Amino acid sequence: MEFAELIKTPRADNVVLHRPFHPAVEGTLCLTGHHLIFSSRRRDNAEELWLLHSNIDSIEKRFVGSLGTIVIKCKDLRIIQLDIPGMEECLNIASSIEALSTLDSVTLMYPFFYRPMFEVLEDGWSSFLLEQEFEHLSSMTNEWRLSCVNKDFSVCPSYPPVVIVPKSIDDEALRKVALFRYGGRFPVLSYYHKKNGMAMLRSSQPLTGTNGRRCKEDEKLINATLRSGRRGFVIDTRPLNVAQQARAKGGGFEQEVHYPQWRRIHKYIERFHILQESFIKLVEACNDQSHNMDRWLSKLEASNWLTHIKELLTAACLAAQCIDREGASVLVHGSEGTDSTLQVTSLAQIILDPRCRTIRGFEALVVREWLQAGHPFQQRCAQSAYSNSKQKWEAPVFLLFLECVWQIHRQFPCSFEFNEHFLILLFEHAYASQFGTFLGNNESERAKLKLPQKTMSLWSWVNRPEELSRFQNPIYEANSLVIWPSVAPQSLQLWEGIFLRWNRPSRFLEEAEEERINIIKYNKELQAKVNVLRRQLAEMETDGEVQEEE
Amino acid sequence: VENVRLLDRLSSRRAVVGTLYLTATHVIFVENGSETRKETWVLHSQISSIEKQATTATGCPLLIRCKNFQVIHLVIPQERDCHDVYISLIRLARPVKYEELYCFSFNPKLDKEEREQGWKLVDLNEEYNRMGVPNSYWQISDVNRDYGVCDSYPTEVYVPKSATAHIIVGSSKFRSRRRFPALSYYCKGNNASICRSSQPLSGFSARCLEDEQMLQAIRKANPGSDFIYVVDTRPKLNAMANRAAGKGYENEDNYSNIKFQFIGIENIHVMRNSLQKMLEVCELKSPSMSDFLWGLENSGWLKHIKAIMDAGIFIAKAVAEEGVSVLVHCSDGWDRTAQVCSVASLLLDPYYRTMKGFMVLIEKDWVSFGHKFNHRYGNLDGDPKEISPVIDQFIECVWQLMEQFPCAFEFNERFLIHIQHHIYSCQFGNFLCNSQKERRELKIKERTYSLWAHLWKNRADYLNPLYRSDHSQTQGTLHPQIAPCNFLYKFWSGMYNRFEKGLHPRQSVTDYLMAVKEETQQLEEELEVLQERLANLQKSQSGNNKVKSKQQDRSKQFGLYTSNNSLANTPQEYSSDLKSFPSRSPSQGDEDSALILTQDNLKSSDPDLSANSDQESGVEDLSCRSPSGGGCVPSEDSGKDSDEAVFLAG
Repeated sequence: MEFAELIKTPRADNVVLHRPFHPAVEGTLCLTGHHLIFSSRRRDNAEELWLLHSNIDSIEKRFVGSLGTIVIKCKDLRIIQLDIPGMEECLNIASSIEALSTLDSVTLMYPFFYRPMFEVLEDGWSSFLLEQEFEHLSSMTNEWRLSCVNKDFSVCPSYPPVVIVPKSIDDEALRKVALFRYGGRFPVLSYYHKKNGMAMLRSSQPLTGTNGRRCKEDEKLINATLRSGRRGFVIDTRPLNVAQQARAKGGGFEQEVHYPQWRRIHKYIERFHILQESFIKLVEACNDQSHNMDRWLSKLEASNWLTHIKELLTAACLAAQCIDREGASVLVHGSEGTDSTLQVTSLAQIILDPRCRTIRGFEALVVREWLQAGHPFQQRCAQSAYSNSKQKWEAPVFLLFLECVWQIHRQFPCSFEFNEHFLILLFEHAYASQFGTFLGNNESERAKLKLPQKTMSLWSWVNRPEELSRFQNPIYEANSLVIWPSVAPQSLQLWEGIFLRWNRPSRFLEEAEEERINIIKYNKELQAKVNVLRRQLAEMETDGEVQEEE
Repeated sequence: VENVRLLDRLSSRRAVVGTLYLTATHVIFVENGSETRKETWVLHSQISSIEKQATTATGCPLLIRCKNFQVIHLVIPQERDCHDVYISLIRLARPVKYEELYCFSFNPKLDKEEREQGWKLVDLNEEYNRMGVPNSYWQISDVNRDYGVCDSYPTEVYVPKSATAHIIVGSSKFRSRRRFPALSYYCKGNNASICRSSQPLSGFSARCLEDEQMLQAIRKANPGSDFIYVVDTRPKLNAMANRAAGKGYENEDNYSNIKFQFIGIENIHVMRNSLQKMLEVCELKSPSMSDFLWGLENSGWLKHIKAIMDAGIFIAKAVAEEGVSVLVHCSDGWDRTAQVCSVASLLLDPYYRTMKGFMVLIEKDWVSFGHKFNHRYGNLDGDPKEISPVIDQFIECVWQLMEQFPCAFEFNERFLIHIQHHIYSCQFGNFLCNSQKERRELKIKERTYSLWAHLWKNRADYLNPLYRSDHSQTQGTLHPQIAPCNFLYKFWSGMYNRFEKGLHPRQSVTDYLMAVKEETQQLEEELEVLQERLANLQKSQSGNNKVKSKQQDRSKQFGLYTSNNSLANTPQEYSSDLKSFPSRSPSQGDEDSALILTQDNLKSSDPDLSANSDQESGVEDLSCRSPSGGGCVPSEDSGKDSDEAVFLAG
């Protein structure tokens, strides 16, 4: 298919662009296969806006006389308005945008066409291999092994080709366990807590069904992670009744009789359309600028967004607590093990593991616990908060995770190597990107699409020193401790950086950020200067002594 | 009383046993056992309510709520003891004479001269001169010399030059409590001014020629504009109801060239109830997000804050952008009027955003113009209906502005919190009584100390590290968002949950940056010393060029060696100072909890305060820091009973 077929009017002049907190600008609008480009003609201050079609969540058009207006709502929650003279042009442009922003074939997406203008210093596709992670693990313990049982994705289509499992469990047993777990997602290692040797595992629900089926290999697998005489915790992200109902459909939960060493905890985390609706309601509330203080608070409350944040953080803290404080191993799962499970395991690692609070470590966490672990990004992030179509697979699961990280970051502002912009960047690229990183729903699909060969990795770009500097937290000081956030309502705030990003004047906050950077920079410069002088002085003094001796 | 248990609000398991002492000025709780013998000090004047609850098997619970939002929950083993404590506290917390207040016994060991210096730190005459008055439009009037016209006004007030004593006295007779229009803020740039008064006694139709002349005089003092705004900060309904009592508001028809404007700020009773409701929400044991947000909305607190801010913004805009003078009043002109005038001044004039300027602002708009500190903050036992968090709201407005304009204020959040604390503490004389007249009669300045001097002495602790006097934000008028960004108003947990450190960010960016800046300063000093020494050395060696070149060679050779020695060779005390720096840095905290800097600084800066606030923050307490109170913590003892119950409770 040629994109040109979809573009009837590639260019329109005298278009006026409206954005909140910016004066309206007149300029030229161009459509290309993947971008909407607006450039102002003003000589003093030429401005260009490049918008990926895949970033467009919804589009509305209306007419006043022959002047058409298109309102474009983006997946990054920005809203822009374009006034386009000429009814035909406007209609053409609107229908092109609509078609181009809803292409259904992955291979037509921009990442397959994008040619980077920068030199690739390190291929992001091979920056975070599980083998490296295993090497790190091996330096701490030899109780685990790398299994290639899934190398052709036949045991579990949503798992990566290699996984880390207890050493005592062979591949044959893993195959049997896979048959006992939903979608073949048998328990694998998610995190090893060096401090006390406890492990966090993740999986999907066991397929016990109504007749209480059991699987000896499954029991053996998870028991292999326990110290003798110690108990472990199963954190089930569904409420008890949902878990019980799941049995009717062949699913279920670990029953005490078969797992006597495990204590089960149900920590309910909301999923799918409930989250999506909450997301939509919250964004609606944030964009509605007419209401007063009371309406705002009640709408914020009604969206339930912060409730989800609180629940998720609570569950993650609980998992972290079981490991660090109770000295117990933990198995986390919900139904499929691809959403709430990953939220909990990845947040628990942020709390427990200082490595995950570095830029590199956080990237590795996203790769390991989200991309390789088979979170279906393509389904979940197909639409954002402005979509009208009701597809049941969309949900801001990853955004919720990012926001929880932000909440912890806000409470421990010096303990993270990255800043808020880094989290926002990941949010943006999960929904629309020139990079192939977040395409596909799992490693198997990514392999079929040959993404590593055909597209550029986000990490190749972001890990270049000149890009990285934008995402560094100036006041970072490595903190080797476990960080326990508060989950009290008083301690949680709306993430303005995402939800009010386009609706607030940001100048003053940016100036503050700049000032913070300057303070640190100046301090470091002085430190360097003082060190140089100290050295010089010391040299001159010793020289002076030498001279005297002579 | 011995064997008293001090309960942690969030989890009953975290109780400590100790001894309770009552002194003439403080309630003191000293922990038993622990090496530190941690002490909790509470000033009697901070106590807002004491509640004795039904006796249980473990003892008799006593709940002390403080005006600085601390809540202390004690359990006293013997009912009789508890009753005695209760009775004593009730008496001690409600002094009837000013002389009983702490400031009359508080002695910071300063001599007479230092005390006098302290009181001179904030000088309102100087302030009016800074604003640019007296000038050809404004003059100082001695009409209230002996408080003869208005006993709640200061002796020295600024009025338009054309307002004669006759007009002032006439106008004062037409105003509630004779609070006639007087200058609050003068804008040098365009002659526009903010004046304040109380409501006119207009009833349904009464007029007063002198009052009309007075307003005309205010207009004339601003030749650039042909009208003035009269802002009534009350809701219209309240103002209309006042007419029936012979009070009311200005009739536009009777006054030439005024534009009349209502801004609905609710009265002190509504505000008192609103705060009460919000504090109830703060006290909830483990509220869900909905409980909290719903409660917050229901309290209406942020709505009221916004109303005050909106009024301030309106006035600042009128003065700065339209160049129009404004007369502000409410009913008596000492609560809402004070709030609104000071918010507007703060927006208009960068000076008030400095530490000194902020003290001046409070002294000018609140203290001198007869804000009834004694009644509003219940320093002496009085009518509970008079109590209302009027200045608390102003302080919160400032905090909300600080959140929006992080570089615009010279002071930090701690400064605001400490001022709030001392408005209630009665440790310093500044906020005693209801008017200047009363303070003079009590000879406050001779008998007590000034808070401003105390804060100024410790000003390093109150600096906002992001403040820069040359920054764009610190210049000129601040323009906060009004219409669309309602939701920029946030709940201030730093104030209302001040004593629950577990709820606050564990690392403070402000404190971190302050520590860095302190270090930077030391480095600057060291740099200077080093440069000087280097210069001296060079001078002494400059005669010998041969040696110099040799020297450079050598320094290359021995680069490594000398750099190792350099530290040991430099007998600088800075380096040892620098070593102490990391201990302040946030990452060096104790296990898991990453040190709470605020507390440390509280201790260093303000011993009196820290005694009060020295509540163990509960960092080691899991339940405090994390999920829903004690509920979800798999603690050893309670986790065993049932398989899931404990966790599900969370």
